[in-house]
Amino acid sequence: MEALLSLAVKAIFVENLALSFFLGMCTFIAVSKKISTAIGLGISVMIVQAITVPANNLILTYLLAPGALAWAGFPDVDLTFLGLISYIGVIAALVQILEMVLDKYFPPLYNALGIFLPLITVNCAILGGSLFMVERDYGFAEAATYGLSSGFGWALAITAMAGVREKLKYSDIPDGLQGLGITFITAGLMALAFMSFSGVKL
Amino acid sequence: MSQTRREMLLDPLVDNNPITLQVLGICSALAVTSSLKVALVMTIAVTLVTAFSSMFISVLRNQIPSSIRIIVQMVIIASLVILVDQVLKAYAFEISKTLSVFVGLIITNCIVMGRAEAFAMKNPPVASFIDGIGNGLGYGLILMLVGFVRELFGSGSLFGVTILETVNNGGWYVPNGMLLLPPSAFFIIGLLIWAFRTWKPDQVEEREHKIQVVEAH
Repeated sequence: MEALLSLAVKAIFVENLALSFFLGMCTFIAVSKKISTAIGLGISVMIVQAITVPANNLILTYLLAPGALAWAGFPDVDLTFLGLISYIGVIAALVQILEMVLDKYFPPLYNALGIFLPLITVNCAILGGSLFMVERDYGFAEAATYGLSSGFGWALAITAMAGVREKLKYSDIPDGLQGLGITFITAGLMALAFMSFSGVKL
Repeated sequence: MSQTRREMLLDPLVDNNPITLQVLGICSALAVTSSLKVALVMTIAVTLVTAFSSMFISVLRNQIPSSIRIIVQMVIIASLVILVDQVLKAYAFEISKTLSVFVGLIITNCIVMGRAEAFAMKNPPVASFIDGIGNGLGYGLILMLVGFVRELFGSGSLFGVTILETVNNGGWYVPNGMLLLPPSAFFIIGLLIWAFRTWKPDQVEEREHKIQVVEAH
């Protein structure tokens, strides 16, 4: 339990997907102009991340890893090279299913998140989360914790960024830095702040 | 086709750069630039994947039903990335370790998808191929510039060859450790964008909020 808690804190603050691995930067920069939209996107990413990382973990353990197909009578088959294509397939399928389920059973939530869901398939934070899970050999419990907390970390980062940008638009910024330039520099300063969490252990 | 092939190849380098203007593919641009060698390998990988995926998608563009085009594009891109990943693992294992997940993340690199969607779906294969190479190089240009600054001032070397002898090795240069850390990439790209837009003022974004000078009474 303690190990999982420490993993969660690490995934939220120290190894924040957005600010220390730069994952999901395209959407991070493009959709952080208003706090309300940023929160909507953040929550959708968190939900999708919390589902896909454990799902991909199951796929890896029972279908792709060397010897994983022993239950089907193929103990020597190693399908790890198919990893990338399966993970992205799972992500695209899950996003699609989530969209349909939300549409049918939770229309208000669907209306709030609807436009962001398709964007999430190509958000590198989601695929990145799954790839980190593979690279670090997480078990199922760890994968579930990591998925939820890394998604939360991303949501936190984009919300904070949107907050800063809402204030920033009233400042007198040099012409060339206007828009994208100053956003990058702000993100850099936030990344520095997040780095001060490193060394925090539970 | 109004653009010549030469324009198609050179246009994305500065005038329509994928990173500084189209805001595509930033994720990996920041993470793999702490040394030039890694940045170069990443550039080559992304250029090849963009060029070939654009070409294949363009060949198939009249056969792909538009409702499932994203999935088809994903499958083509993912297959190409698997090829690159396997080649890197076989011939450059050390570098593939350093790049870690970022090779796999080429799949979701918005440049590849963006060009497939915006260009390859509407243009013939050869033009799409050239467009892919041009955009890959535009991406690579930024990567190399950032990598150059980070490696030269962060560890005093270029491509692993020592240029500025560091204090630890008995030289005179005190390396700036911050440049090896992730946040520095944000600052360098921010400043690069500033430089680009000062050079090409038509890329400057409109202000959302105009500041007015109020006369004092």
